[in-house]
Amino acid sequence: MSLLSEPLLSPQTILSYRDELRKLREILLANVVMAGEIPAPTGYEGRLTRFLGDRFIESGLEHIFEDEAGNVAALLPGKVGARDIVVAAHLDKIWAEAEDHTVSVGADQMSGRGLADNSLGVAVLATMPFILERLGIEFDSNVILLGTSRSFGRGNLRGMRYFLEHTDREISSALCLEGIELGRLSFSSLGMARGEIFVELSGLGQTVEENTVGVLAVLQRLVSGIIEINRRESPNTRILVGTVEAVSGFNVPPRFGVLRFEIRSEDAARVAAVEAEIVKLAEAESPRGDHLAARARVEIIAQREPGNLGENHPLTLEARRVLQILGVTPHEEPSISELAALLDQGIPALTLGITRGRDRHTPVESIRLEPIFDGLAQVVSLLQFMDGGIQAA
Amino acid sequence: MAEIDDKIGRWLEKNTFHHSEFWDMQELVRAKEAAGLTISLCIPTLNEEQTIGKEVIVFKSELMDRYPFIDEIAVIDSGSTDRTLEIAASYGADTYRSAEILPKHGFRPGKGENLWKAIYQLKGDIICYVDADIKNIHPKFVTGLVAPLIYRPEIQYVKAFYDRPLSSLDSLKPTGGGRVTEILVRPLFSLFFPELTALIQPISGEYAVRRKVLEELCFPVGYGVETSHLIDVFQTWGLDAFAQTDLDKRVHRNQSTTDLGRMAFGILQTFLKRLRAYGIVKDMPELSGLFRQFQTDHRSYELTVREMIEEERPPMISLPEYRKRHGR
Repeated sequence: MSLLSEPLLSPQTILSYRDELRKLREILLANVVMAGEIPAPTGYEGRLTRFLGDRFIESGLEHIFEDEAGNVAALLPGKVGARDIVVAAHLDKIWAEAEDHTVSVGADQMSGRGLADNSLGVAVLATMPFILERLGIEFDSNVILLGTSRSFGRGNLRGMRYFLEHTDREISSALCLEGIELGRLSFSSLGMARGEIFVELSGLGQTVEENTVGVLAVLQRLVSGIIEINRRESPNTRILVGTVEAVSGFNVPPRFGVLRFEIRSEDAARVAAVEAEIVKLAEAESPRGDHLAARARVEIIAQREPGNLGENHPLTLEARRVLQILGVTPHEEPSISELAALLDQGIPALTLGITRGRDRHTPVESIRLEPIFDGLAQVVSLLQFMDGGIQAA
Repeated sequence: MAEIDDKIGRWLEKNTFHHSEFWDMQELVRAKEAAGLTISLCIPTLNEEQTIGKEVIVFKSELMDRYPFIDEIAVIDSGSTDRTLEIAASYGADTYRSAEILPKHGFRPGKGENLWKAIYQLKGDIICYVDADIKNIHPKFVTGLVAPLIYRPEIQYVKAFYDRPLSSLDSLKPTGGGRVTEILVRPLFSLFFPELTALIQPISGEYAVRRKVLEELCFPVGYGVETSHLIDVFQTWGLDAFAQTDLDKRVHRNQSTTDLGRMAFGILQTFLKRLRAYGIVKDMPELSGLFRQFQTDHRSYELTVREMIEEERPPMISLPEYRKRHGR
């Protein structure tokens, strides 16, 4: 149950936030442009970390920290300071340093690599001191604005995990911000195992397969095996295959290949069981008498335990109420991002989207501008709710 | 010659800046206010809907909302048929159609026309011109150019220079910009105005100038405007009136060789006109305004003839409307 010391925000107040925050449009959008044009591949977020730190300094914040994991945090001291609330956005993008990160701005949308995931989230952090000042909001709790490193791929939420392991503060609740999709309400995290199967052919070619398609034959069998596992499992457990790669040219069969997969399930036991099945699939491809002289090796590079704040937790209920007041239909879906690390620690937390967008993870990824103000009103309203105090997850 | 090289060396030492020297915005705003200066930003446009929104957002946020550094942002447009003006206005720029400023004096299509009319329309003691096609826009494009005018009263005219990677479909090429500079303008300056070779990007579209200088200058309405400024300011105020600031990198649209040919033709007309006006070359014949280029398609060759006359606007100070509006 909620330990609220104050009544819920009225619909009029929440809607007034949206209108008032439109006055900060250029400041927010300039932050999106500048954050968007800084490359920040996982593990190389340094320039974006500095940008966010500089923005915090320019906003007059005094307690700014960078840690060894590449996170940057700023503390907005509360009037009482009895609690610590985190607002987080991951800094890393899926795009390589050399890609063109130019942002284009139209009348009602912006486009460019990584804007939705997650330059807009970072820009909201950078703008938060202005947002709170504009609305005249002072919290009793301390608010920690946190840009986290190494979220994607092999990063395995390294930034958020490092912060939680090393902070001497007891985090009472948290929000994770993602650029899209407004209405997203993630209060649970899926169990997940992310891995790679490396396939290698050794020895001279002795079979037709080996001499004509090389490791592609092995990869094909692995994909078929994964499809078979997916057919047997319930819809709550899935293996996703994101990469099957074996490159050689036109007429030389590839001798090396990799398959990248991710197992997702609400049940940790199913993640482990499916992982074991994939290992068996790979073992079956190891040297088999006179067949392909193949070697297949599985490496698990990232894992998450499932967690759930609960669909009836006061924070979830309030998030749903706020979205409905803003005329946004909540879209409830589990997360595999920073939320997992927070729920792991028993911290009540949600992942929220800021605006609507399209073509995520493509060079023309775009975000719509007008819904951003609904997204901001949502975040501020929930922070006020969290300021009142809520029970642990 | 050694004397000129020494002069250029001293000037480079004293009057060449890097934008990072002016990173402290609070200090810059304090200095601007102490100097009692007002600053106008002018962005000349023609169908720039792809980039104008970003420029206005970044400049308004960083140089007006967060720090009160510039006093107005104006887009002066040559007759765009896309959404340039609508987008610029929606993000807070003042927008003007060039044809509607000083209508009694008519309208000439061309960037120089927009720059000239900006002197009448805008209020600032300093006007900073920034082209609208910059893809990597940043506040340094204004602060780096205006700051030397704030800190050094003897400087009148500050030009930008930078690396110029060209933007292709999805990647950046490291070199290739400034072709007209290297092939045309620098050789001409070397021959006739060697001191002006000190300017690394003499025809860059980004510069900040004091009003009292701008209002004295003639303005070619087309491509020759930057070249004419450099020559005229040099002839009247000397090399020490100039400064230049390194803005690191400017990413912009690539222009075709054909377009650059037209630009070179316009610049050359302006240049030759200046040689004659200053008596540097005498007995020059009347110049044709016809520019001939070829288009080829397999074995067919098509001659394109375009009339390009670099018309010039007179110094703004000579217009009674201007003197009345600005109390001159």
